[in-house]
Amino acid sequence: MKEITCKLLVIGAGPGGYVCAIRAGQLGVDTVIVEMAKPGGTCLNIGCIPSKAIIHAADDFAKTVAMAAGKNAMGIKADNPAIDLAKTMTWKDGITGRLTLGVAGLLKKAGVKIVVGRAKFRDGKTVAVETETGEQVIRAENVVIATGSAPVELPMLPFGGSASPSGAKVISSTGALSLTELPQRLAVVGAGYIGLELGLAFAKLGAKVTIVEALDRILPLYDTQLTQPVAKRLSALGVEVLLGTKVKGLSSSGEALLAETGSGEEKRIAADKVLVTAGRKPVTEGWGREELELDMDGRFLKVDEQCRTSMRGIYAVGDVTGEPMLAHRAMAQGEMVAEIVSGKRRSWDRRAIPAVCFTDPEIVSVGLSPDEAKAQGREIKVGQFPFAANGRAMTLSAEEGFVRIVARADNHLVLGIQAVGAGISELSAAFGLAIEMGARLEDIAGTIHAHPTQSEAFAEAALKALGHALHM
Amino acid sequence: MAEKLIKLPDVGEGVAEAELVEWHVNVGDLVREDMVLAAVMTGKATVEIPSPVEGEVTFRHGEIGDIIATGTVILKIRTVGEAVDGEEEPEIELPLVQPEALSVEPQKKSEPVVERPKPAEVIPQKPAASSVPRDVGVPRAEGEKPLAPPAVRLRAKEAGIDLRQVPGTGPAGRITHEDLDTFLNSQGGGGAVAVGLQPNRAVQEVKVVGLRRRIAEKMALSKSRIPHITYVEEVDMTALEELRTRMNGTQKPGRPKLTILPFLMRAMVKAISEQPGINALYDDEAGIIRQYGGVHIGIAAQTPSGLVVPVVRHAEARDIFDCAREVARLSEAAKNGTALREELSGSTITISSLGAMGGIVSTPVINHPEVAIIGVNKLAVRPHWDGAQFVPRKMMNLSSSFDHRVIDGWDAATFVQRLKALMETPALIFVEE
Repeated sequence: MKEITCKLLVIGAGPGGYVCAIRAGQLGVDTVIVEMAKPGGTCLNIGCIPSKAIIHAADDFAKTVAMAAGKNAMGIKADNPAIDLAKTMTWKDGITGRLTLGVAGLLKKAGVKIVVGRAKFRDGKTVAVETETGEQVIRAENVVIATGSAPVELPMLPFGGSASPSGAKVISSTGALSLTELPQRLAVVGAGYIGLELGLAFAKLGAKVTIVEALDRILPLYDTQLTQPVAKRLSALGVEVLLGTKVKGLSSSGEALLAETGSGEEKRIAADKVLVTAGRKPVTEGWGREELELDMDGRFLKVDEQCRTSMRGIYAVGDVTGEPMLAHRAMAQGEMVAEIVSGKRRSWDRRAIPAVCFTDPEIVSVGLSPDEAKAQGREIKVGQFPFAANGRAMTLSAEEGFVRIVARADNHLVLGIQAVGAGISELSAAFGLAIEMGARLEDIAGTIHAHPTQSEAFAEAALKALGHALHM
Repeated sequence: MAEKLIKLPDVGEGVAEAELVEWHVNVGDLVREDMVLAAVMTGKATVEIPSPVEGEVTFRHGEIGDIIATGTVILKIRTVGEAVDGEEEPEIELPLVQPEALSVEPQKKSEPVVERPKPAEVIPQKPAASSVPRDVGVPRAEGEKPLAPPAVRLRAKEAGIDLRQVPGTGPAGRITHEDLDTFLNSQGGGGAVAVGLQPNRAVQEVKVVGLRRRIAEKMALSKSRIPHITYVEEVDMTALEELRTRMNGTQKPGRPKLTILPFLMRAMVKAISEQPGINALYDDEAGIIRQYGGVHIGIAAQTPSGLVVPVVRHAEARDIFDCAREVARLSEAAKNGTALREELSGSTITISSLGAMGGIVSTPVINHPEVAIIGVNKLAVRPHWDGAQFVPRKMMNLSSSFDHRVIDGWDAATFVQRLKALMETPALIFVEE
């Protein structure tokens, strides 16, 4: 096959890679992108988007079940709710299909050439791609590694494995998002955000869910104040959470997950499926890293503030470059690298990357938490406003949760904003903007927040920090 | 709803075009009646164009510096509320509004006087009283990460500025766009952070517009069309200075302080009466020299935006105090930019004086289409040989240029020698013949 030469080659069409390629194309950079699966990467195909579809379906179904059980305060009644999970999956696949086609269209529109296949470096400027029709060699002035991340596999619980033919199958999040039949009993290993999001969803769909976590708390990245409403919801849904418990493997019959509690007690968790969500690892193998001289930063590729690796002309963006492994971070990096390659002066200068857990209720965190701020030696002011005092939250039957603002005590500069509550993910935009713009408490308190909305809690939290909340 | 067309008004005196020098509105802006929309420059005076209606600007034509023919539509304003039937695009011939001029005598206005915007209609935009303390909190401490919104960060990055070096004046030490502007400007004049001598490779492009363009065109025209002859003569000013000091010392109330200029002007009036060919405009295309009875003396004056030449009209009909008064009034108006267009045109001869900066010799450029310009150099005490000894005398040179096509060297010399004689014996200036 004829060699391709280009100015920019992007390896991986996930959020970091495809955004990089689109932006480069817009800027007139001759760009090629290589992807071995569908464009959109983990996010669109087996991550963010499909999981949110399932979570939404599970929410709706759980509400209907509650109505049928006569537990609806609004007086709505329903009879015999049922869910056809196969149909739910078809609906979800329709969404991801539309989005991946959309990304392919955007790449095309930007003039980016898409090569389908597995890329492997030959040297710092040359990549060979195994395509269906043979090997395609691509020479590029600049290469962006955007290979992403993959679920971590536990040695005693390999994906797809089961101790006996009739036994429980070990699945990853990818597997969980394509189940067409509901497992009656689901064991989830790991109480991070992925385990909790999916565990909650399957519990709502009707599975008996048990979550096993080695640490002594759920969502270890967030403080207990934020995770407490989620713990409450887990218990209301009958989800059993075993904290401080280590998994040992599957029982010999394969029908149960074996674990050991902190006190040394053996636990046997009967399960039809075992979902392992023990984190994600960067994909640093399988694309010829051994042919290059790339410095590492722990298990990640080391990059500087312009996403340059230790080799000239080779950049890396997204999950392969480190925490937080989030699509929106990858996208911002990808966009930046495209602009750098096109000759613009850019470097990473973002103050905050919002993080969202689509648990029930949702959790948002932007910037520093009170503990993190204190750990930096800062004098802080904290304002917290509960949704129980917010009219809109009441009308949504979503009084659980709060908005919390952390600000410097001396000049009231907002350092961080956290919130937990139904649908709170959408407020991440306001939180992020406040921090990027360098807002002070007075700026937020002085902004009119529409009534009746949950966002009023944001302004009230700022007022609270200033010492004069109005609705408390 | 109707759309009103705003045309570039006829600026009078056969001027067919004017230069756009200021835009006060953008497309999409809402304007009130009498609000200033734009300013154009004719000759060297700026004329403001007020809005005749209230409405929204929907169209704008022309950029700053463009020469626009009178009658050209420069703006369209969509008015609200007034239904104008059968009159879709009423054309509006705008009257002119002159910027505020000092002590304008009504009879001087040859054009219809238009009511100026009433101050009451101006939206009050009082700057915040400086006595209100700014609640900015604690400024950024040394070594702390700079605080700036993303758009400011991007601009700084593109300009190659390290934001840590930019002082932030916003709340909590936030760096605003204005702070960045200030920093960028201060860098242009040799950054304070530079170590040692640094080559400055910056090239700043300054668009030549407005008054500067007028000056450039005028100078080029004069120098390319007129073969100049410059004649320098020294004048013993001792007697004139004695007289001047005495006159200023016995000043009556209401009388202006006298400078050398009014004496020179009166001397010129006298010399011109004997050589009317000097006080003339030469229309070289028609081949006609127009000698004027009235001596309208242009006084070259420096203003913040550049050189302008206000004109003292009919110096032959003004006594020395009146000349002084008029010079003072006009130079003040020129400096404030409030001189009327007719006060900046119509001269028949010009004086160029830089006072203490006048140097020893200059080569003044004739104010086309005039035929002569008198340059005044610096007055200084110099030794003078009186035939027996050196005596200190107050000496001053006059450097004068003439249009050599119509003024011969002999005539030029005669004129300057006459000025010299008059000024060295200043009583002659006041002798009625």
